[in-house]
Amino acid sequence: MSKTRVVITGLGATTPLGGDVSSTWEGLLAGRSGARRLTDEWVQNLAVQIAAPAAVDPTEVIERVKARRLDRTAQLAVVAAREAWADSGLEDSGMDKERLGVAVASGIGGLHTTLSNYDALQQNPRRVSPLAIPMLMPNSSAAYVSLEFGAKAGVHTPVSACASGNEAIWLGLDQIRLGRADVIIAGGSEGAIMALPLAAFGMMQALSKRNDDPERASRPWDVDRDGFLLGEGAGVLILESYEHAKARGAKMYAELAGAGISADGHDIAQPDPTGSGARRAMERALSEGDLTPADIFHINAHATSTPQGDIAESLAIRQALGKDADHAVATAPKSMIGHLLGGAGAVESVATVLALHNRVSPPTINVDKLDDQIDLDVATEQRKLPEGDIAALNNSFGFGGHNAAIAFKSL
Amino acid sequence: MASTEEIRSNLAEIVNEIAGIPVEDVQLDKSFTDDLDVDSLSMVEVVVAAEEKFDVKIPDDEVKNLKTVGDAVAFIERAQNG
Repeated sequence: MSKTRVVITGLGATTPLGGDVSSTWEGLLAGRSGARRLTDEWVQNLAVQIAAPAAVDPTEVIERVKARRLDRTAQLAVVAAREAWADSGLEDSGMDKERLGVAVASGIGGLHTTLSNYDALQQNPRRVSPLAIPMLMPNSSAAYVSLEFGAKAGVHTPVSACASGNEAIWLGLDQIRLGRADVIIAGGSEGAIMALPLAAFGMMQALSKRNDDPERASRPWDVDRDGFLLGEGAGVLILESYEHAKARGAKMYAELAGAGISADGHDIAQPDPTGSGARRAMERALSEGDLTPADIFHINAHATSTPQGDIAESLAIRQALGKDADHAVATAPKSMIGHLLGGAGAVESVATVLALHNRVSPPTINVDKLDDQIDLDVATEQRKLPEGDIAALNNSFGFGGHNAAIAFKSL
Repeated sequence: MASTEEIRSNLAEIVNEIAGIPVEDVQLDKSFTDDLDVDSLSMVEVVVAAEEKFDVKIPDDEVKNLKTVGDAVAFIERAQNG
């Protein structure tokens, strides 16, 4: 039985580089950093005082009364989803909303709401918002996105830490291939730049401590990398069956060829140093997409800028692609936007789709001296991608040993 | 002691902040649910904000009796005088 073809017909993003897809993409191509030193009062006692906040505050975009009912994570998700939905042209297509589903992930959920309501509780229990639960629940972003557009096929929230955004795309692809929906609004969101996550990731020794040089803090693959930079934002992709898209004459950015998931079974926080879990995720994405390593010309790596993680991924890519990794440009957007946790895979999938669509790989910044344990073709400047049929991989890995790789194909 | 009009006007600002209803629409004869479209969870927020603003207690059991803006203003007036 042949697989249902699935294509990308809409893109949306709000990131540390811009409040929409075009400004984000421009920033990535220009090698711009979205990092900055935080100046809020709450940051003063923290060891790590740098992050990459969303360039456009979502409350400037969403209507005031609506915004106060949404956690920041859901606000970001709704902003990205509105852009993707408008981009797809589906609103005017008259599609059956019972064939429209949602898969929008978050790594942490409504943490702003959880913390602010805990503070309110300490003052007076009656100050706890009656909307606290619908705002803090992890499925809140997905639920509000479904309400925005009246999606009725099903609303899903995969939670797998920093692999969540990619897992949402994996899940969305399955819904269409299993015939449960024609269109899935898929993505991920995170708004978690707050004292608690900065302190907690800091205590794990996971974050860069370059407080005096924020724009140079996130440096995947560089020999002097010292941890990741916390970012925030959301990415959303409209996944649509090829038949459905073709019938309505939709524009198509790329094909979502396959998605692979695996688990390390190794440690709650450390990646398997052999890279075998990540390798299996990539191999599954390729085989499900009827692709071979020879087809891959662009790899959007997970590459968070942690000392061990970047090496394990490089090993995994080499194992999955072998010699064909020589002709695949490796790119690490986290060097510019930081790590968006549950939003990372989705925003970077948007970037991967645009790389294929525009035939160009964005640069990786801050690679002053490539770590000699990184055996990848790292581009520190934009790189043109070849014409013809090419494919790309986007990797995301998360605490818990989650590995999720997505394979996209040019159209 | 605040006048009826002062209470109505302060309450209107609370309803505007929470539910986005224009201040001038929040008149004594208007029903919170039928006319102003304030849903039940927003009503809880309005009640708690009103308690703090007017320094009164509005028991949860009482909220269902506050059908119109006038009902709420009258309750607040009584509570302040009591």
